[in-house]
Amino acid sequence: MQKLVNIPDLCAKALEMRREIIRMLGEAGSGHPGGSLSCADLLTALYFNVMRHDPENPKWSDRDRLVLSKGHGAPALYAALALCGYFPKKELVTLRQLGSPLQGHPDMRKLPGLEASTGSLGQGLSIGIGIALAQILDKKDYRTYVMISDGECNEGQIWEAAASAAHFKLNHLIGILDYNKYQLDGAVQDILNMEPMAQKWESFGWNVCEIDGHNMVEILEALEWAGKQAGGPSMIIAHTVKGKGVSFMENNNDFHGVAPTKEETARALRELGEK
Amino acid sequence: MAIEKKLGAATRDAYGKALIQLGKTNPDIVVLDADLSKSTKTALFGRQFPDRFFDMGIQEANMVGVAAGLASQGKIPFVSSFACFLICKTHDQLRMSVAFPELNVKVVTSHGGISVGEDGASQQSIEDIALVCTLPGFVVMIPADQYAAEKLVLRSAEWKGPVYIRTGRPKAPIVYSENDSFQIGKGVRLREGTDVTLVANGLQVFEALCAHEALKEKGIRSSVVDLHTIKPLDQTLLLEEAKRTGAFVICEEHQIWGGLGSAVSTALSKEYPVPMEFVAIQDTYAESGKPDELLEKYGLTSPYIVKAAERVLAKKAQLGRV
Ligand SMILES: Cc1ncc(C[n+]2csc(CCOP(=O)(O)OP(=O)(O)O)c2C)c(N)n1
Repeated sequence: MQKLVNIPDLCAKALEMRREIIRMLGEAGSGHPGGSLSCADLLTALYFNVMRHDPENPKWSDRDRLVLSKGHGAPALYAALALCGYFPKKELVTLRQLGSPLQGHPDMRKLPGLEASTGSLGQGLSIGIGIALAQILDKKDYRTYVMISDGECNEGQIWEAAASAAHFKLNHLIGILDYNKYQLDGAVQDILNMEPMAQKWESFGWNVCEIDGHNMVEILEALEWAGKQAGGPSMIIAHTVKGKGVSFMENNNDFHGVAPTKEETARALRELGEK
Repeated sequence: MAIEKKLGAATRDAYGKALIQLGKTNPDIVVLDADLSKSTKTALFGRQFPDRFFDMGIQEANMVGVAAGLASQGKIPFVSSFACFLICKTHDQLRMSVAFPELNVKVVTSHGGISVGEDGASQQSIEDIALVCTLPGFVVMIPADQYAAEKLVLRSAEWKGPVYIRTGRPKAPIVYSENDSFQIGKGVRLREGTDVTLVANGLQVFEALCAHEALKEKGIRSSVVDLHTIKPLDQTLLLEEAKRTGAFVICEEHQIWGGLGSAVSTALSKEYPVPMEFVAIQDTYAESGKPDELLEKYGLTSPYIVKAAERVLAKKAQLGRV
């Protein structure tokens, strides 16, 4: 797999990923566009630039691991894995169909490249801690990335894990918060406000930085910064836009868990530069 | 003639001992506890293998998730706390992070049942077996004494996939001996009779053996089966017993709904229905008291098993299956 080093190439890859996400969801007729689109740039940077991994050898013992704790964002992860070459791109449109390895939420038994099965929110950070502890026990050097979401931070287990990761000083554990300001029933600040978010993580003992989660330069800088932190885990709070890239989905929470119709799919793909 | 009641170690002590043995022979064994390591006996492992022991604090949900992550990397995590806290608090984590991905996590709890005693109902676990049995692929066991507990913990480390073992707080009467061996999913026929089969696990196995003697004095010949594994159930043994005795009494230190009784009756009603009686906790919480007082008050001692056997024999007679 070829690592992308130029910003324009990475941005083009993110756009391609968004097109795949829309195609998959349009074809499936159900799923979560908003939270898949919001984390597309972050996953592009991770899979095409930052992470050490080998699609030919998904179980390579020195690989960096990524846990998608917000399991409903699966289409974004599937698109990243397919574009990297973990499985043929044409399989993407089988999303959510009977017998497909692309389950509605990630099933690690079914698809190469998945490090965890998720879908019940709040659990992935704990799994990441377990992986990071194994990395220390095995005297390895790999990094464990966990992608969480803002509504997910309502869950108590996230804060159990926040305390736990800091306690064990897991500096190879890197959290990425897809802070798109919405959860299912509405805006996070209205449903269960989690502000001040950065201070919460800081006070739990994490190294924290805040970035624009759609600015590729900032994303790469933040991931590099996180990789260098010592003394504890790092959390990248990525301010994102739910539905990013498709005008009628941006900040429109109707597209949290509703797939685009045929017409909407076509319109979205045009906006995303489909030729 | 009553059988001699010789108290051995508590099954939780046997767990602690088995962990040490596992720690010495298998570097992949790691142990996690949620601030109850002195009670669950994982502290023994912690002292000997501090690098492979994680006291997670009072965070049962996080602990189970962390165990899943460790298992995903090839470790064999044993996670422990009291049965009620671990199993009731983390059903979702056991489901999503362990059972669904079929990860190799061993959940071993202490303080199962009401024989916890004085601490009272909030610390007693009467629902754990039902809860774990609902999770596809989980092995579920309750060993009867120190020998069974030690061996089954060792077996569980060899087993690929999620396992639940419930241990208990009080010293357990000896049923087995040092040299007995145990297999996951294989019940043990401790006595053979033709009139009625007494199926039990945990502390109830000894009570069933006592009941067997009392029944013998009344001229009733009973089988006693230790079904230490509730899942997967030993269908072969159950079927043999059903065909031979045609009447069952199922004894467990658990809520009547969803435990051993439910498992056995589901299996037999499909294959070979026989009349049954259930010696179990009758849909209630218990209270503080001495373990023996509680087992007596909540109907789990041998005289209750004897009465249940007599009731089931009457049913069997009514059905014309004498
Ligand atoms: C434990 C749990 N409760 C409820 C849900 C249903 N659910 C799926 S997505 C979602 C909202 C998630 O919001 P957020 O975490 O902010 O994700 P994003 O906005 O990035 O999609 C909910 C409640 C779930 N998957 N897990």
